Amino acid sequence: MALDPAIGPDAGSGVVIGSDQGSGGAWEGGRHAPAVGPWRLAMRRMRRNRVALAFLGLFILIVVVCVLAPVYSHDIAQIGPNQNNITGQVKVGGQEKDVVAVDGTPIGPTFTSHYFLGADTNGRDLAVRLLYGGRTSLLIGGVATVIIIVLGTLFGLLSGYLRGVADGILRPLMELIWSFPPVILGVVVGTALALGGLGPIKGNSVFIPAFIIGVIYSPYLGKPIRGEILRLREQDFVDAARAQGMGPMRIMFTEVLPNAASTIIVFIPLMLAQALLLEAYLSFLGAGVQAPNASWGTLIADGLNYIETTPTFCLIPGIMLVLTVLSVNVFGDGLRDALDPRAQVRIKT
Amino acid sequence: MAERLLEVAELEVSFATEDGLVRAVDGVSFALHRGEVVAIVGESGSGKSVTVMTLMGLTRGVNSRFGGSARLGDRELVTASEAELERVRGAEIAMIFQDPISSLSPVMRIGDQIVEQIRAHEKVSKGAAMDRAVELMERVGIPRARDRARNYPHEFSGGMRQRVMIALALSLSPSVLIADEPTTALDVTIQAQILQEVKQLSQESSSGVIFVTHDLGVVADIADRVIVMYAGQVVEQGTLEEIFYDPQHPYTWGLLGSVTRMDRPPPRRLPAIPGLPPSLTDPPEGCHFAPRCPLRFDRCHELPPLQARVPGVAGHLDRCWLQAGDKRDRREVEGQIGLATEAVA
Amino acid sequence: MARFAVRRALSALALLFATSVVVFGAFEVIPSYNPAQAIAGRNATPTTVAEVSRKFGFDKPVYTQYVNTMKLVFTGKVIDYQDDLNVVDQFRKRFPVTLSLVLPAGILWFGMAVVLGSVSAMRAGRLTDRVVMVAAIVGVSIPVVLLAALLLYFFAYKLTWFPNTGYHGLSNPVQWAYHLILPWIALAVLNIGFYSRVLRSGLLDMANQDFVRTARAKGLSRGQVFRRHMLRNSLMPIITMFGLDFATAIGGAALITEAVFNLPGIGQYEASSIGNLDVPPILVGAILTAFFVVLFGALIDILYGLLDPRIRLTG
Repeated sequence: MALDPAIGPDAGSGVVIGSDQGSGGAWEGGRHAPAVGPWRLAMRRMRRNRVALAFLGLFILIVVVCVLAPVYSHDIAQIGPNQNNITGQVKVGGQEKDVVAVDGTPIGPTFTSHYFLGADTNGRDLAVRLLYGGRTSLLIGGVATVIIIVLGTLFGLLSGYLRGVADGILRPLMELIWSFPPVILGVVVGTALALGGLGPIKGNSVFIPAFIIGVIYSPYLGKPIRGEILRLREQDFVDAARAQGMGPMRIMFTEVLPNAASTIIVFIPLMLAQALLLEAYLSFLGAGVQAPNASWGTLIADGLNYIETTPTFCLIPGIMLVLTVLSVNVFGDGLRDALDPRAQVRIKT
Repeated sequence: MAERLLEVAELEVSFATEDGLVRAVDGVSFALHRGEVVAIVGESGSGKSVTVMTLMGLTRGVNSRFGGSARLGDRELVTASEAELERVRGAEIAMIFQDPISSLSPVMRIGDQIVEQIRAHEKVSKGAAMDRAVELMERVGIPRARDRARNYPHEFSGGMRQRVMIALALSLSPSVLIADEPTTALDVTIQAQILQEVKQLSQESSSGVIFVTHDLGVVADIADRVIVMYAGQVVEQGTLEEIFYDPQHPYTWGLLGSVTRMDRPPPRRLPAIPGLPPSLTDPPEGCHFAPRCPLRFDRCHELPPLQARVPGVAGHLDRCWLQAGDKRDRREVEGQIGLATEAVA
Repeated sequence: MARFAVRRALSALALLFATSVVVFGAFEVIPSYNPAQAIAGRNATPTTVAEVSRKFGFDKPVYTQYVNTMKLVFTGKVIDYQDDLNVVDQFRKRFPVTLSLVLPAGILWFGMAVVLGSVSAMRAGRLTDRVVMVAAIVGVSIPVVLLAALLLYFFAYKLTWFPNTGYHGLSNPVQWAYHLILPWIALAVLNIGFYSRVLRSGLLDMANQDFVRTARAKGLSRGQVFRRHMLRNSLMPIITMFGLDFATAIGGAALITEAVFNLPGIGQYEASSIGNLDVPPILVGAILTAFFVVLFGALIDILYGLLDPRIRLTG
């Protein structure tokens, strides 16, 4: 039975060797094996995890393709992402066809350089919009993840290490954001900011949803980091640093933070996946990316109106989004297994 | 000689891990008789815990491999079916674990945890099982047992919890009682009481006890026979007197030498065995102890020594290439048994 | 217990207050936000707009507006700007729809997650485990919108096994369930994926616990060890998750599922109100959500206390 525990906490089917050697992970017999740092070990495990690496490759591929959107738009499709073409015609198999028929039905996939995936009701090239939409989605996801990591780490670090007043302010704030469903909070703030803008940033900027998503998810990182910091600050090496006369700021950033690094890293893909999904929800509900800009979320929302007649409108951006999120999640799982000291039993068969 | 309860022969346990096959137990043989306390001694990672847990089938898993045999009466434990093992566990072989704090379920009343074990093996009513549980708790010295049975583990002190563990282990009068470092996690004052308890109760029920420890002081208190393990192998076994007064294996000398003794003048510095235990994924060829042994010679690196009888002493076995006479000459350091560390330059 | 109740009630009030202020304040920052214009209609003369503004108190300072609106909310007299409907009545009318969606979906996702997470952990490393875990990771990677669209396309349009959209009252339970099966699945899948992954890893951690080893050493059967000792202790994290997710879902967080399947629940009402910058329904929805979050948080803590004797309720 797979659930059979290994012998005691330190033997193990798992041979769990974490970044935290002190808490007893290593199989004792292996302890004197040539000293390998936890990071090297994690790298070694990561390299062995072919599935995770394959999905990382897929993610990189998607990013590269989306980054090259302008090249496709300019050189192949020869139409901009927001360029309408209601009255135009396109050559398919030697025949001229209306991009948008008289009754308003747009052309389906042509699988030629023009309108490869068909057009929308405004005669815009869906393939071009798909790539540009991906660029927007990935940009929002990436920026949001950076905000989550920075804010979440700061929240966790300040409230966990300084405690006192900092904790008194930051913890309720995190709880308030955390106890609200991200979708509703995002839609309310998103709608408000889309109309009002945020300081110098215009309402229709893609940085608005990125900012909102970043703030909303920061407690999801901040809370676990805070717990980790609370644990770390009681450890001997922090006492030692304090005894050496290091100031709290220096201890926080040079002693405590590096030890929380693996936790933070494990969260990066997780948060990126969540950010991409939330972007899709917000855009679907009209509180994310604003027209005429496209994102995978808005494309799914637009396509939903034609689900009965032309399901590809909705499914293709949907599949792109799922593949991206899936690749991030699978890679994230691999990363967690490689880094987490309590990583689960990895069984070789 | 008393009835033979358990016979372990060439037991092998290995685990497939990311870093290769870990040979945790490598050809261990010993026997246990009724009324006897056998102590298994060794450093952490020597395979002593794995050995005893394998007897109960607790090391089974997708990545573990087994060899050899362990017979309890007519029953082969290594190949026994899971259902058969379930009948053996707790009823015929019971175990007291090292850490009484984490070894009891935190969310279940003490009494219920004992009742659960009784009812796993016998068809008795809950009430009757509870009466027995209370009786057991009284027997191991828990005051106001009837009330205490309704408490949760966190309401007990460490020593009391270990008494509960003993009550659990004894609840079905097992013929073999395994105690895996039962006193390590306890205060020194409690340790002696618990040891006394284990010894007395096992004598009352005339079961055999396997006592796993790294503490030679405890061994001297409780054991009839001693098994010394190193890197998954038994390097020496014999009676308490044989091991303490006529140790044959250099590793045993090292262990004995590293114990401070109140009845002897303190040594200049506490001797320690140089080096570290070998990797179990890639053990050294020949004798596993050779890399740390100051007395090693060519043969030690070439061939693994076999377990051999000490001439003239029936039950005293060791695993070393040195000649018996040689050993007796070389094991004394400053007038007492120890491993001369200076020989290794 | 009394102390627990008081402390919880106080923190609930604090959360409700903070929530209402945040929601109210969010709309004040919008420069083009003019509810009077919205109520008066597109073609209204400035005089009419001014009149409406006075009538609704939009000419007063923000904090007065806030106090007045909150008074109306708690006396149940608040009306929305778009349709002049009583907001509380709307929520009362729509709540059964949301509950019809969320309650069975919640049971489905929690139950399935327990089954799948357990099976996966019991068979860790084997084929069953791999299949379940691949399904789970795909499940957590599909946005609800797309899943709902896929379900609609295949089961409603292509196969026509299920109706596409709409809601039937409970007076006809068969029709009710028939119309809700696809929404239930759409809402449950993501959570099944999340919960089963969390449960599986909790169970695997649990398998290495000393007291589980003790339980096995006692001679309990595999099933007994699993049920009595492992599952009980591993359920706590997903119970906590369930409390928050369920609370927010009945507070309107299932709005995407409601929107795609056109279910007239409170989520849909909130979504359309947000689009129209109609503050009162958003405010009531947010307060309702906060209320459920606090309520279920307290219930979960009480449950924790029952499951784990080491925990005392201190609020």
